[in-house]
Amino acid sequence: MEKRYYQPEIETMPVDQIKALQSERLVKQVKHVWENVPYYRAKMEEKGVTPDDIKGIEDLHKLPFLTKDDLRDAYPYGLLGKPLKECVRIQSTSGTTGRRVVAFYTQHDIDLWEDCCARAITAVGGTDEDVVQVAYGYGLFTGGPGLNGGSHKVGCLTVPMSSGNTDRQVQFMADLESTILCCTPSYAAYIGEYIEEKGLKDTIKLKAGIFGAEAWTEEMRHDIQEKLGIKAYDIYGLTETSGPGVAFECEAQTGMHINEDHFIAEIIDSKTGEVLPEGEKGELVFTSITKEAFPLLRYRTKDLCILNRKPCSCGRTHIKMSKPLGRSDDMLIIRGVNVFPSQIETVLLNEGMTPNYQIIVDRVNNNDTFDINVEMSQEMFSDNMAKITEKEKQLVESLKSMLGIQAKVHLVAPKSIVRSEGKAVRVIDKRKLYG
Amino acid sequence: MTVKQISVFIENKIGGLDDITASLANAGINIRALSIAETSDFGILRLIVDDVFKAGNVLKEAGHVYSLTDVVAVAGEDKPGSIAKIVSVLAKEGISLEYAYAFFTRNRDYAYMIIRVEDNDAAIKILRNNNIPVIGDEDLAKMW
Repeated sequence: MEKRYYQPEIETMPVDQIKALQSERLVKQVKHVWENVPYYRAKMEEKGVTPDDIKGIEDLHKLPFLTKDDLRDAYPYGLLGKPLKECVRIQSTSGTTGRRVVAFYTQHDIDLWEDCCARAITAVGGTDEDVVQVAYGYGLFTGGPGLNGGSHKVGCLTVPMSSGNTDRQVQFMADLESTILCCTPSYAAYIGEYIEEKGLKDTIKLKAGIFGAEAWTEEMRHDIQEKLGIKAYDIYGLTETSGPGVAFECEAQTGMHINEDHFIAEIIDSKTGEVLPEGEKGELVFTSITKEAFPLLRYRTKDLCILNRKPCSCGRTHIKMSKPLGRSDDMLIIRGVNVFPSQIETVLLNEGMTPNYQIIVDRVNNNDTFDINVEMSQEMFSDNMAKITEKEKQLVESLKSMLGIQAKVHLVAPKSIVRSEGKAVRVIDKRKLYG
Repeated sequence: MTVKQISVFIENKIGGLDDITASLANAGINIRALSIAETSDFGILRLIVDDVFKAGNVLKEAGHVYSLTDVVAVAGEDKPGSIAKIVSVLAKEGISLEYAYAFFTRNRDYAYMIIRVEDNDAAIKILRNNNIPVIGDEDLAKMW
């Protein structure tokens, strides 16, 4: 593949220059946050740190961490770095209560985010000759809007399909000769199977795919590549830091380049918070150094991974992160949606049920299945079937409104959920996502 | 005048019913009538037993979820048309049946029907007005 970059000077910048740029931007960003985000300023004061202590990236470790709990405490406006009148957009994670994350963007923030996505599209060979089919969800979810914006920037013909409706999806893919597909890896695999089943492979002109928002294995990559006849690339991001495009894979397919001109990545020991040397596995922490409206410093992603700065054959100099190798908390990603077991507990208690439940997640034909076993309780039981099924239906609705995705609920016998050393096993994840 | 029914949650798995009936058998409880309602995941076992309170304690100790409900027990002559008559008078008066099941006792002149309705008193009044005998726990106890 001919080497192409969206922003060549930045993407291939010598490492010492990247670090100098990061230092300069960090110092500025810390001042911006100190002056505009009282929530974080209080955290700094508590730690006895002032902007004067931060002279460059070597001082980053002095800053306090932010976690999802902080985002919840500060919800909705507590971490805003710009007046609302300067903000032009929000994006949000799914889930209507509890762990919801709402991130704000100025026009400048959106431009930079779309640049990041444009780099990802260019890295997989995208040019203004390409037709990019965006089959991520649109709306509050960052997937659709992010890749859509990146595709515009590259000048690709952008097909904003959103997810679902596979019939129409494949019809457009054939009719418009889409060359790049952007969606979750499980949906890509599903489309691949659909095309194979219907014998439509000859009508498909795809050459590459950008697949993120959930963990996937190398086996799944091979499967998708074979079924769709493409090269499949990973992309990483989270709503808290902007969305997809924080890091992206290049032609080497050996990890994702982090856009270091916008984000500083650290790996920490998730128990002690100590920064770990490059090459060690630990929790990924991001500092946004260019975002105005939602400038998170040292945000703990809870994703476990490894960073590596060995020179890459693609010519990019930005550090690479491995695929996430696990989580340091109990969050599950099911069909691209973040799910915390505690959310299910909250719903059960709200519905007056016992918090004795078990989540079973599996991947069948490359699609996540999501089942929740709930122990029957005296309160929920009735001699009348209609009353029980009514409550069950109500529970399914409440779960959907809390989590943003549908779960299958099964009522099981009291005390039938396996307890390990007295503690119920809350999650059985059979997917083996982390290879 | 009603009859106490005990309803028990059964998980839909092999041995689900056995868990319950074995506990009752070990405690020497005699099951007089039985019905099961089911969905794909679970069922409700509804029983008329000779000692409903003892049965409740046994099930509770064994960790089962159950409930006690007052249901109406109706006697009908053991001949064609008697169930139809019971159902028909209730329907005429606008009484909705949530569920029903039938059983025999040693007295072969009568068949009995358990009916579950929203308002027991209203149903009993209608049945009696139509000369259909309604029996209670005491009557049942004498029949075994």
